[in-house]
Amino acid sequence: MEHGGWLTGSLVYLAAAVLAVPLAKALGLGSIIGYLAAGIAIGPWGLRLVTDPQDMLHFAEFGVVLMLFLVGLELEPRRLWSLRKPIFGWGSVQLFGSAALLLALGTAVGVPWQIALVASLGLAMSSTAIGLGVLAERNLMATSSGQGLLSVALLQDIAAIPILALVPLLAASTQQADGNAWIDAAKVVGVIAAIVLGGRLLLRPALRWIARSDTPEIFTAASLLLVVATAALMQAVGLSMALGAFLAGVLLAESEYRRELETDIEPFKGLLLGLFFIAVGMSIDFKVVMQQPLLIAGIVLGFLALKAGVLWSMGRAMPLPKPERPVFIVLLAQGGEFGFVVFQTAAQAGVIDASTSSLLVAAVAISMLLTPLLLVAADKWWIPLLARHKPVQMDEISEPQHAPVIIAGFGRYGQIVGRLIFANGIAATVLDHDAEQVDSVRRFGWPAFYGDATRLDLMRTAGADRAHVLVVAIDDVEQSLKVVDMAKAHFPHLHIVARARNVTHYYGLRERGVTMIERETLDSALMSGRSVLELLGLQPHQARNLALRFRKHSIELLEEMRLHRENEDQLIAVAKQGRQQLEQLWAKEREEAQARKLRTGWSPDASGAPGEGTTP
Amino acid sequence: MADATDILVISAHPQMELSRVNRRLHEAAATAPRVHVRDLYALYPDYLIDVAAEQRAARTARLVVWLHPIHWYHMPPLMKLWVDEVLTYGWAYGPGGTALQGKDLWLVASTGGPEASYHPTGYNRYPFDAFLPPYEQTATLCGMRFLPPMMLHGAHRTTTDELETQAGMLAQRLASYPEWPELEGLEPCLACEVPQSARPPSVAPLPVEPA
Repeated sequence: MEHGGWLTGSLVYLAAAVLAVPLAKALGLGSIIGYLAAGIAIGPWGLRLVTDPQDMLHFAEFGVVLMLFLVGLELEPRRLWSLRKPIFGWGSVQLFGSAALLLALGTAVGVPWQIALVASLGLAMSSTAIGLGVLAERNLMATSSGQGLLSVALLQDIAAIPILALVPLLAASTQQADGNAWIDAAKVVGVIAAIVLGGRLLLRPALRWIARSDTPEIFTAASLLLVVATAALMQAVGLSMALGAFLAGVLLAESEYRRELETDIEPFKGLLLGLFFIAVGMSIDFKVVMQQPLLIAGIVLGFLALKAGVLWSMGRAMPLPKPERPVFIVLLAQGGEFGFVVFQTAAQAGVIDASTSSLLVAAVAISMLLTPLLLVAADKWWIPLLARHKPVQMDEISEPQHAPVIIAGFGRYGQIVGRLIFANGIAATVLDHDAEQVDSVRRFGWPAFYGDATRLDLMRTAGADRAHVLVVAIDDVEQSLKVVDMAKAHFPHLHIVARARNVTHYYGLRERGVTMIERETLDSALMSGRSVLELLGLQPHQARNLALRFRKHSIELLEEMRLHRENEDQLIAVAKQGRQQLEQLWAKEREEAQARKLRTGWSPDASGAPGEGTTP
Repeated sequence: MADATDILVISAHPQMELSRVNRRLHEAAATAPRVHVRDLYALYPDYLIDVAAEQRAARTARLVVWLHPIHWYHMPPLMKLWVDEVLTYGWAYGPGGTALQGKDLWLVASTGGPEASYHPTGYNRYPFDAFLPPYEQTATLCGMRFLPPMMLHGAHRTTTDELETQAGMLAQRLASYPEWPELEGLEPCLACEVPQSARPPSVAPLPVEPA
C-alpha cells in the first residue's frame, strides 16, 4: 500500500499540475489559479482521485517554508533601507490599513474578533508575484506605480512572518493556561537566539566546508537540511516553521552562497508550493461554498471594494499619475497566495474552522480569477477615461514659430540633436507628443511645445511653411512615417533628417525619399565595438579605421538589401554575401599584414589592416 | 564627353568657412568649364578617403591641380592623407603604376607670409622654392610634370581687387590649358625608376635582416 500509494499519488498530482497550469496560463489566468483548479479537480469535489487532502497539506506546507526561506534570502537590507519610506510607509498603509478596515467591518457584522483578524490579514494580502509579473510585462516597473507596487510587495513579504507567527498564538490565547507562558517564552527566545547565533557563527564555515567537498548535490542537500533543521527547531517550541526558515534566509542573505542556495532551492520551492496550492484547492469545501453564494459574493466584493478604496486614496496621496492608478489598484486589490497560507495556518492552529477556511480561500481564489477580467476592463474603459483628461494639463502649441529647424520628438535622440543645434545659437522649434516629457524638459530650461507632429495645423503653427529642416526624432515607427508623409505632401521644401529605429523603419523612410537617415544605435554600438577591439590589442586608430569602414560597408549593404526586401530568401543571400565579402577582405588584409611583418623581421603582434601602400 | 572634363582640382582647406582666398579660388575653379573640383574636407569630413573614387576621378584628367593653403611649409593634413592613400604603389608609381604618367601637376597655393619673408633675410629664411622639392619629387615619381606653381603670398593682406585678379588669372589658365607659354619646350617627365630594394615591404619579398 505504501509504495503504491506514493506512486499513484505522485502520478495524480503531477498530472494534474502539468495539465492545469499551462492551460491556466494560456487563458491568461496565472499559474496559481491553475494549481487551485487542479486541486479542485482531483479533490473530493471533483474527480475524487484524492479523498483526504490533509496529509498532502502537511507535506506541501514545506513549500511555504521554502518560499519564506527564499524571501529571507533575497531580502536586501540595503535596498530595503533605501526604500524604507515607501515600504514601511505606503506598504503599511496598504496592509494594515486594509486589515484594520476589514477587521472593523468584520466585527461590526458580528464575527468573533479572532476569526475577523485572521480573515482581514489574509484578505489584505495581495498576489505580489502576479502583480510584479504584470507590471514587468507592461513595462511599468520603472514608473512610480511600479515602485509603489514593489514597496507594498516588499512590506507584505516582511509582514508575512510576524503574521504567520501571530496566527497560532491567537488559538493559543483561547486555549492554553498561563502557567507555562514563561517557560514557553524562554524556549522561544532561546531557540531564536540559537538560530541567530548559530547562523552567524556556524552557517558559513559549515557551508564552506561542504562546498569544498565539490559535490553539487550535497550542497543542495545541505541547503534543504538547513531549512528543515530550522523548521524542526521552531516547530519544537511551537513557533511557525516559516519564521525559522525566514531567519535562516536572512542570515545567509549577504553570504557568498546566496546565489547557489537560491538556485538549489528554487525548483523545490516551486514544485512544493505548487503542491501546496493544489492541496488548498482540494481542501475547499464546496458544500459550504455552494450553500452560501451570496455570502461569498459579499465577501469578495466587500474586500475588493474596501482594498480598492484604500489603494485609490493611496494613489491620490502618493501621488501616482492618473493613467497608472487603475492597474495599481486592480493588481493589489486581489487576494493572494499569502492569504492561502494565512488561512491554512489558522485552520491548522484551530483558530478558524474548515468551513470558514473554505469560504475565505474561495473568496481569494475568485478575486484572483476576476483580476485578469478587471485588467481588461481597466484597459478598455478606465484608463482611456483618465488619459483623456491629460491634454487639459498642457496647452498645445498655439503661437506661430519661425525657427529654421523643427524637431519632432524630444526624447533621448531629439534632445541630443537639439542640444547640438541650440549650442550653435540656432533656433529650433521643439514638438513632443508626451506632456510629461515636455514638462520635464522645460524644467531643464529647454523650450519645448506640446503637440502632435502629425497634425497639419500644429505643424503650420510651428512654422513648417518657412522652416528649412525637419528633424523626425520620433521613436514610434508608425508616427514617424506619418509625419514624413505629411511633410512630403504639404511641406515639400523641408529637408528631412530622420531617426530610424530599425531596418524596417529605415526602408520605410527610404521609400518616402528621405536620405539623411541614421539608425539610432549604429554609431554608439560602433564606438563600443572600437573599445572592444582596442581592449583586444588593436591600435586605437586601427580600430577607428576598421569601424568606419565597417560603417560604410553596413550602409552600402543596407541599400543593396533594400532592393531585395520583398523576397526574404534573396534578402538573406545578399546579406550573407555582403558579410562574407567584408570578412574575406579583412582576413586577406590581416594575412598580408602578418606576412609583411614576418618578411621584415618584426615580432608578430595583433594584426590589422595595412595602409594602402607606402612611399619608398 | 569623356575629354570635356580633363582638369581635376583637389581642393583642401581645413576651415573653408573661414577661408577668403582659397574659397574664392575654389569658386573660380568650380565654375570653370572642363574642371572637376573635389573639396576634400567636404567629401571626407571624417577622414575616410574613398580611394577607388579618387583614383577613378583622376583617370580622365590631363591636368591635376592641387589647391590649398600652405600650412607650416607644406599641405594641410587631409591633403597629405590623400597623397598617402591615393598614390599607391602599382597605380601611381612602381611597376604598372602608370595611371598618372604623362599628366601635369600644378600647385595653386597661398601663404600667409608675404613674398619678402621667403628670403634668406626674411623670417621664413628660405625662398619659397626651397619648399617645393617634396611636391616636385612626388609629381616626378608618378611620372607627372611639376608645372611652375601659382602662388599668392601674404594672403591675409590681399585686397579684394588682388584676389579678384588672381581668381581671374586662375580661371583663364584653366580655360587655356595646355596652351601655356611656359609649357612650350618643357620636357615630358621621365618617371623615376623605383629600384627593387626601395619597394614598400607590403609587396616585394625582402631578405630578412638580423635585427
